[in-house]
This record gives sequence, structure tokens and C-alpha cells, in this order.
Amino acid sequence: MIAFIVQRLVQSVIVMLTVAFVAFALFNFVGDPIANVVGQDTSLEDRAKLRESLGLNDPFVVQFARFVGRAAQGEFGLSYQHARPVDELILERMPATLELSFVAALLALLIGVPMGVYTGLHRRGSLSRLLMTVSLIGVSLPTFLIGILLILVFSVQLGWLPSFGRGPTVDLGWWQTGLLTSEGLKALILPAVTLGLFQMTLIMRLVRAEMLEVLRTDYIKFARARGLTNRAVNFGHALKNTMVPVITITGLQLGSIIAFSIITETVFQWPGMGLLFIQAVLFADIPVMAAYLVLMAFFFVVINLIVDLLYYVVDPRLRIDRGTAAGHGH
Amino acid sequence: MSKTILLSAVAAVAILAAQPAMAKTLKWANDGDVNSMDPYARNETFLLSFMSNIYEPLVRRDKNLKVEPALATEWTQTAPDTWRFKLREDVKFHDGAPFTADDVVFSYQRATGPGSNIPTKLASVKEVRKIDDHTVEFVTNGPNPILLEEISDWYIMDKEWSEANNATQAADLTKNEETYASRNANGTGPFMLQDRQPDVKTVLVPNPNWWDEPEHNLTEVVFSRIGNDATRVAALLSGEIDMIYTVPPQDVERIRRTPGLRIVEGPELRTIFLGFDQTRDELLESSVKGKNPFKDPKVREAFYRAIDMDAIKSKVMRGASAPVGTMIGEGINGYTDELGERYPHDVELARKLLAEAGYADGFEVGLDCPNDRYVNDEAICQAVASMLARVGVKVNLNAQTRSKYFAKILGPAYDTSFYMLGWTPSTYDAHNALYNLVASRGDDKGSQGLFNVGGYSNPRVDELTAAILSETDADKRDAMIQEALTIHKEEFGHIPLHQQTVVWAARDNVDLVQLADNYFPLRFVRLQ
Amino acid sequence: MAIDALPPDATARPRPAGRFRRLIDSELAWSFRHSPATIAAAVVTLVLVLSALLAPWIAPQDPFDLATLDLFDAFTPPAWTEGGDPRFLLGADDQGRDVLSAILHGMRVSLFVGFTSVLFAAVVGVTLGLLAGYLGGWVDSVIMRMADVQLSFPAILIALLIDGVARSVLPRDLHADTALYVVVLAIGLSYWVQYARTVRGSALVERSKDYVQAARVIGVHPLRILAHHILPNAIGPVLVIATINLALAIITEATLSFLGLGVPPTQPSLGTLIRVGNDFLFSGEWWITIFPGIALVALALSVNLLGDWLRDALNPKLR
Repeated sequence: MIAFIVQRLVQSVIVMLTVAFVAFALFNFVGDPIANVVGQDTSLEDRAKLRESLGLNDPFVVQFARFVGRAAQGEFGLSYQHARPVDELILERMPATLELSFVAALLALLIGVPMGVYTGLHRRGSLSRLLMTVSLIGVSLPTFLIGILLILVFSVQLGWLPSFGRGPTVDLGWWQTGLLTSEGLKALILPAVTLGLFQMTLIMRLVRAEMLEVLRTDYIKFARARGLTNRAVNFGHALKNTMVPVITITGLQLGSIIAFSIITETVFQWPGMGLLFIQAVLFADIPVMAAYLVLMAFFFVVINLIVDLLYYVVDPRLRIDRGTAAGHGH
Repeated sequence: MSKTILLSAVAAVAILAAQPAMAKTLKWANDGDVNSMDPYARNETFLLSFMSNIYEPLVRRDKNLKVEPALATEWTQTAPDTWRFKLREDVKFHDGAPFTADDVVFSYQRATGPGSNIPTKLASVKEVRKIDDHTVEFVTNGPNPILLEEISDWYIMDKEWSEANNATQAADLTKNEETYASRNANGTGPFMLQDRQPDVKTVLVPNPNWWDEPEHNLTEVVFSRIGNDATRVAALLSGEIDMIYTVPPQDVERIRRTPGLRIVEGPELRTIFLGFDQTRDELLESSVKGKNPFKDPKVREAFYRAIDMDAIKSKVMRGASAPVGTMIGEGINGYTDELGERYPHDVELARKLLAEAGYADGFEVGLDCPNDRYVNDEAICQAVASMLARVGVKVNLNAQTRSKYFAKILGPAYDTSFYMLGWTPSTYDAHNALYNLVASRGDDKGSQGLFNVGGYSNPRVDELTAAILSETDADKRDAMIQEALTIHKEEFGHIPLHQQTVVWAARDNVDLVQLADNYFPLRFVRLQ
Repeated sequence: MAIDALPPDATARPRPAGRFRRLIDSELAWSFRHSPATIAAAVVTLVLVLSALLAPWIAPQDPFDLATLDLFDAFTPPAWTEGGDPRFLLGADDQGRDVLSAILHGMRVSLFVGFTSVLFAAVVGVTLGLLAGYLGGWVDSVIMRMADVQLSFPAILIALLIDGVARSVLPRDLHADTALYVVVLAIGLSYWVQYARTVRGSALVERSKDYVQAARVIGVHPLRILAHHILPNAIGPVLVIATINLALAIITEATLSFLGLGVPPTQPSLGTLIRVGNDFLFSGEWWITIFPGIALVALALSVNLLGDWLRDALNPKLR
């Protein structure tokens, strides 16, 4: 087990290095940051000089090596746009994104799983059909449109919820939280719903699909034949067996929720990493993009590690098998 | 509307609870943040406008953009190239330190030093000398008739404060460390920085020791950034915000119709125009091979005539633009109504001109356009594309985000055949536009013509541009500007499109002054 | 738990192709006839796809022919409302394009991008997922870490990379023609991981089951085991993701067009219409975004319903 985790951590370093490498290959194509950094009447010479001194003329392999060398010493450079250390910027924004993402994921799970179970059990019920249909509307409309429609209804028409920002935050020393004030919580509602909607639909449909399959298996038929109650069969056996794909997807989605939050954060002016990143893309702010992408890689590696560990917990049959699988890895 | 009233009542109660009874808080928003609190960090309107509330120049602009005394009380020209400024006494920075000549000399060094993005404002200044504690002398490279205009948004920083906080240079991206001045500020202006959360909010409070009589009645100003157009408008409609600085044109009507809100608009100094590649012998992106159709003024005129600016004004800009016939707009020194008058829209003539030039069947050409830089940039380019289609020219529109767009069209690559660009002469003078956009570019010409992306070139215009720079006789200078711009207009060197309109929106209880250069000085704001 | 392990699944065992085919056909037909929702979904899908394919012949206007656009027609409301014009049944957009024609033409682009990129992602993802789950060991590690790398990059950046490479490799004249493939490739590459990880999860479960172990022991070819035993058990979640991702891919294409990738704004796709129309929601010109939005919802809805049915009907265990 420990060997497995250690091995994964080693792999995670390789993943992050690869991400950084690809990222720097990519920065050739995101545009020229210089035009954004300098005043409109800066001479070509000065522009060239700045480009040279920022190392933008170097081949990307050199830029990559420099980034890794510096990152190893905990230095991520200065954002072109904000003229502030990148690590500081990202750390400042991280709580906003993580709080939003976790609340959205929680919403998606707490609503998605029960709805999936219900629609799976009552496959032909009219409420099930209604839920299935309505939930689809939520995923067919683009996130930005859903966000704007929610703002139109709940902020402009009804005046119940704020349309932008995070509300007041409480400083816990290392974490700025918006979860401790009622205004902060109110500000969280619309963005979290917008962000969680897609995942909710996906989870609901996955749980339903898995439930349907498991319910028809001989294994469940045996269980029923053994005289177990419906409840015990549905939840004790059936739901448990749907969990492997659901966990896979949820874990995966948690990562993509964080990535997806780019659009939600833009619509709601949510001061998180996604907003920082999209601005960085538009500004061609290479240091911010590089650090963000590497951080994302780290998140995905960690989340996937947790998912794989959960497989063990949920499905014991995988345990021995994974042990040998991990053994092959040397 | 009762909802809005209720909401503002709730907001008012909340404020009352937190602050003294007379609290007047202005909450306003813009699509972009103030990128830095360092007044030398960027040469961009919004930053300079915002920082003018905290820092002050030697001479500032009044409500009509006329230059008036600020930190300097009077000035004289002791020689054609020497200006002597008398500095205001008993002025204190926000931290209590006195303002003296040393601060002016220091600010000059800082503004022209490494990391600063505003050295062009002081490019004509050779030296700034301290005469005594409250007198300084500026020596320019040759006579400079527009020195005062050029330095009206160069703000004075405190020498002691900058030295104490290791901020004697503007943030230098290559140095890998942040400067203290990019998140803190210590000026002499009417407002002091209280809280700064980049990209979230910036809070200002009035400076109780300001030297001038405050016209405003604010007790607090909260500035938020709301990037998304629809969200920003929603925040205004819902009462969360009192004023927004950039209103998307399509929402102007909606806001105008909403009781309790109003639109404040005026022409902006930025001119939007189209340009042609006139240097290459074969266009990079065109179906015409072996020659460059844009070298023929007839083709350029045909393009000009085919574009219907009235339609673009009424449909794309919803009235929020002023079509213009030259590279500078009203409000820029050198502009005349005659130059500003556009040649009429004439599709038949356009077809005829194309036929005469040998392109009766039209041709294909690429058009480079940003989609997040100017108001409705992408929509304007689309409209242009369909107007040109009617005279047989097939336009392949390449609309991109600005980083990619600028990287493509600007020097040294100038990788474009036909492009859109906008320009605000930062000196409020025609010379700036002539020098940057119209005069020939070349390896031997330094930064002249740097933004003459298409490479328009006329020796007489170059000659005039050089002469205008040092001519001190206002009438002669003006005549030369007229001549240069008229030549350019008659040769269809570019297609000037319009001046954007500055559109702000505010609640009815906010009295404010909108300057033609898009500055929003808080010192004129009154809340009822 | 050992007693709970499943016996080899009788229906999933290989059979002579002809009989299997016939069985599927009849099963499919039967379940189709007995589900009115499925029939409705099929009709809607068919209508949408057909009208998209036939757009050049049935659309009142050619919205891609710029010479036919008149800016003065811009923002004409739908024909039945005040100020409407019978020439523009569903109104006109900000450039004076007929919204109905734009939807029909735009759907061609969107359907192409949606279907091909989802197919691409599914094929790549399922293949890699099966290999990872079934083979395990270093193959699994490499594929899954590749997935981690992939996931770290939003579709936007992948598209920038592919577009950049395409632009520097291909001659300038070809750029306009290849733009669409760049988008398909970018979206496909961005979404394969979901399939891979899901299939891998299922494969991990299945391959430890007795019947698979038994098949391995008696020397059944691994490819056969993958195709006949493991894939059918993983196909349910794959279909769920694929059908949901169809709409997502169409929307992603619109987001990319903002960066100057994908189809040019003079040839709007369904997603681009929604993105552009979004700006006019507050000002009252709702038809520019709502009608394309309805078209997309209808498409996504019917494809998902078809997907549901197909999954249920194809799944051996559900019969």
C-alpha cells in the first residue's frame, strides 16, 4: 500500500514535469505578451529588449528548463499582468476556487446520486422521465447562458442573491473563507448551482445506468431470491455495486469542476484561480499559465490517487489484484 | 421598482450600521481592474484616470480638459527650451510627508527609469533641475510647445516613501520581485488608498488634508472589477453598484429605459480605423497573386466607399459612435470638421473603381480583427466583410483575442494584409497620430511609423511630421497638420471608421463629470 | 464475497455472428416500438439532422453568403411579433442574418464537430481505457499518467497548440479549410480521458471475475476477451458520457471560436450563435440566443434519449 502511494507520488512528479514541458511548447502559440505589457508607443527596440530579457526569444526547451530550475527553488516568477509573484497570486485565489468547487461537487453528489437511484428504481415512472428530461436541459445550455439566466432571475428580477463576487470573507490566517458569513454563503449559491448542474446531470444519469444494469444481474436476482428486503437489496447490494464507475467519474469530475470553474468564475466575477487563468490566457501571461497548469496537474494526480484508493475500499475484489498490478510497475 | 428601493434601503441600513451617519459610499465597477497602484506601471487610460484620484500631476485638467495648476501654481518659459515651475507650498503626502522639489526630480527619474511605462510622456524633457525647495526647472530637447499637455497625467510620487519601501523603480518584470508601490499608494490627491485586493475590490477614502477645496461629498469609494458585460449590467440593474464605467452598447437602451438609472455619454478620443498592407509586392492573404492591389489608391478608395458607416453606427454601435474621416477625432489638437467629414458611402462608385483598377470580379483578402479590444470590434469587422461582399470582395475574417491578434499584426512581423486598429493620441495632439500611424516606417527611422502596420508612405507627409514636432508657431504648425492629414485623406492611406463613444451608466442620485478623455475624476462626484 | 462473484454471463458468450445479429435486430426493434419517447426522440433527431443536411436547399437565405446580408435588417424581431418581417421567421441577428437560416446552416457545422469529436474521443478513450484496465502494470501507469497530463490542459489550450502547429506546418492557403478539423481534434483530445478512466474502472472489475479468469486460462485471445466480455460491461457509462458530451462539444466549439480558433464568425455555428446572442439577452433581443438554444436543447435531449434506449437495448444483462 505504502509502496503504491510512494510510487504514485514519484509518477506525479513526472506528470507535472510533462505538463510543464507541454505548456512551454504551447506558449509559442498563445500570442505575444509584450504588446499587453508595454505602452502603445513603446519602440520596437524596447519591445525587443524586453522580450529578450524576459527570455521569450529562447527555444521553449530552454524556457522550460529555466522554469523547472526556478520552480525547484520555489520561485515561479512575476506575473506579466499583475507584476506580482505568481505563487502568491495563485495561493491567494485558491480558496475561492476550492470552496466553490467542493460545494458544487457536494451539490452534484447529494442531488445526483439520490435522483439517479430513484430514476433507476422507477425506470418507467413519470416523475423519473420528467427528472431525466429536465436535467438534460441543464446540460444542453452553455454554462455562460445558464449563469446569466440565473442572474437575470435571482439578482435582477427577484433581488434575492448577489450577481457577482464572493461577498465578505473571513481571514483564517492561511485561508480566506466565504463560508462563515451569511452574505458569503448567499454569494456562493448561484455560482455553485451553475457549476454543479452539469456534474449533477452526469452523476444522476450514470448512477441510473449502473443501477439498471446491476438490478438485472443474477447476483441481485439471487439476493432477492434469498428473501432479502427490497431496501436491503437496493441499497446494500445494488447501489454499492454501482459505485466504482460513479467514484471514477466523480473523482474525475472534481478535477474538471475545478477546471470548468473558469467559465463560472468569469460570469460571476468569482475571484478564483479560473478567472486568474483565463485572464492570463487572454493576456498571454506565461508565468501564471505555467504555474496554474502544473498545479492542475498536481490536483489531478492527487484526486486520481484518492480515487484508486477508494476502489480498494469499495470493491475488495480489486485489492489483491491491484497489488500484483502495482507490482508489475517496477 | 419598489424592490430596488427596498434593496437600496437595506444597503443603506447596512452602511449606516457600519459607519457614521453621513456616510456616502460610491460603489462602481469596470470591466478591467486597475492593473497596478503604481502610476508609472502602464500607459493606459483607465489606470491613469483611477490613479489621478490618489496622485496628482504638476498641472491637471479641469472639467473641459483645460490645463490648470495643481501641484505647480505657476510656470514661465525662461528660454525656448526651459520651463520654470513654482510648486505649491504646504502640500502633504497621505503619510504626512511634505511635498517638495526633490519629489519632482525623483518622480522624473522614476518615470524615465527602468520598468516605467510612461517615459514617452517625458521624452522631450532632457533634465529636471531643483532650483529651491519649491521651484523646479524643466529643460527640453529643443522647443516643445505642448509640454504641459504631455505632463498632465504624469503624477508626482514621494521620494522618501519610495526609498523607505524600496520602490524607487517601477515594477521590473525581469527582476522577479514585486514593487511595494504596485499595491500601496502615497500621493497628494483627494483620495487615499484604504484597501486593495487586486481584481476584487479597491477602497478609497477622502484625504482630510487635501490642499484643494473638495467638491465631492463622498466618505468612501468602493471600486469592483466585473469583467463579464452582462453581469456588470445586472449588478447595476439590481442596485448592487451605483455606476459602471464601460457599458456594452447593446445594453444602453435597456438602462436608459430603467427608472432610476441614466446613461452618460460623450465622444472618446480613440479613433478606430482599417489599414491596408501597401508595402509587400504580393499580399500574404489574398487571391491576387504577383501584385498588391492595395498599392492602387483606387482599390483603397473602393473599399472606403463600400463601407456604410451610418449603418454601422445605427446597428452595430447603436448610435454610440461618431463616424470620422481622418485619423484623429474631435478633441485632438489639429482636428477640423472638414477633415472629419467622411466621403459619402457609394456602392456604385466602389464597383466602378474596382473595375477601373482591373478587379471587376473582385478578389479575396484576409481581414485581421481583435474580438476583445475595442467596442464591438468583431461585429464591426463582420459588417465590413458583408459590405465588401456586395462589391465582390470576399473577406476572410480572422477575429482573435488581442494577444494573438497584436502578435500577428504588429511589428516586426506586420503579418497582415488588411486589419483593424484603434489609436488614442496620448498627447491629445495630431503629431502623435501622424508620427505613429501615418509616417513611413523603416529600419533607419527609429520608432517612427511603428504602428503604420500597412506601411503607408508619402515623403511630403514624413517631412511635415518632422517639421510639426519643433514648430512653435501655433498657426504654422496647425497648417502643416492640415496639409499632412489632407494628403493622407485624399490618398486613402487608411479607412478611418469612427470615434467610439464613452458610455457610462449611473444611478440618478450620482452627480458626476465625464471628461472627453474618458477620465472619471472622483473629486467631482456628489451623492444625493 | 466470493459467492457473490458472477458466473460467466451466458448472453455475453460468443455466438455465431448471424444469429447474434438477428437477435439484436429483433430486440432493438421490439424495444423501439414499445417506447414512445424513443420514437419521438428519433423523429426529432432525424428532422434536425436532415434539415441541417438539406440546409442549402431549405433555408430561406444563405447566411454564409455575406453579400446577401443587409445590416439594416439587423435585430428584426420574429415574424409574429411587433415589428417582425415575414422574411425573417425567427427574426434576424446582429448582422442582419436570418436566424432560422443561420440555425440550419450552423447546425451542420455543430453536428459535424459534435459527432466526430465525440466519436474520436470515445474511440481513443475506450481503447486506452481497456488496455490500461486489462493489462494493468506499467501500461496502466503510463496511460493513466498521460490522462493526468491531458486533464491538466483545458480544451482551449489544447486547441491553441494544435492550431498553432497546424498553422506552422500547413501552407497559409489551407488554414481556412483545416480550421474545423483542428477544432475536432482539439475537443476530441480534451475529452478522451473521461472514457478511458471509466472503461478502465469497469475493466478492472471485470477482469478479476471468474469467467474472465477462466477464459484467460483456457487461452482465449486477449482481444477477444476485451471485445466480448469486458467492453459490453463498460458500454453503459460510455454511452452516458458520449451522449452528454455531444452538447458539451458543440458548446466548446463556440468557446474556441472566441479565441479565433474554429469556424470564422462570418460562418457561425450553433454554439457561436448562442455565444454572440448571449450579449443581447438583456437588451431585449432574446431571439438571437433563445432559438439556437432551443435547437441545441432539442438536439441534446433527443440524442440522449436515443442513447438511453440504445444502451438499455444493447446491454445483454438487461434482457
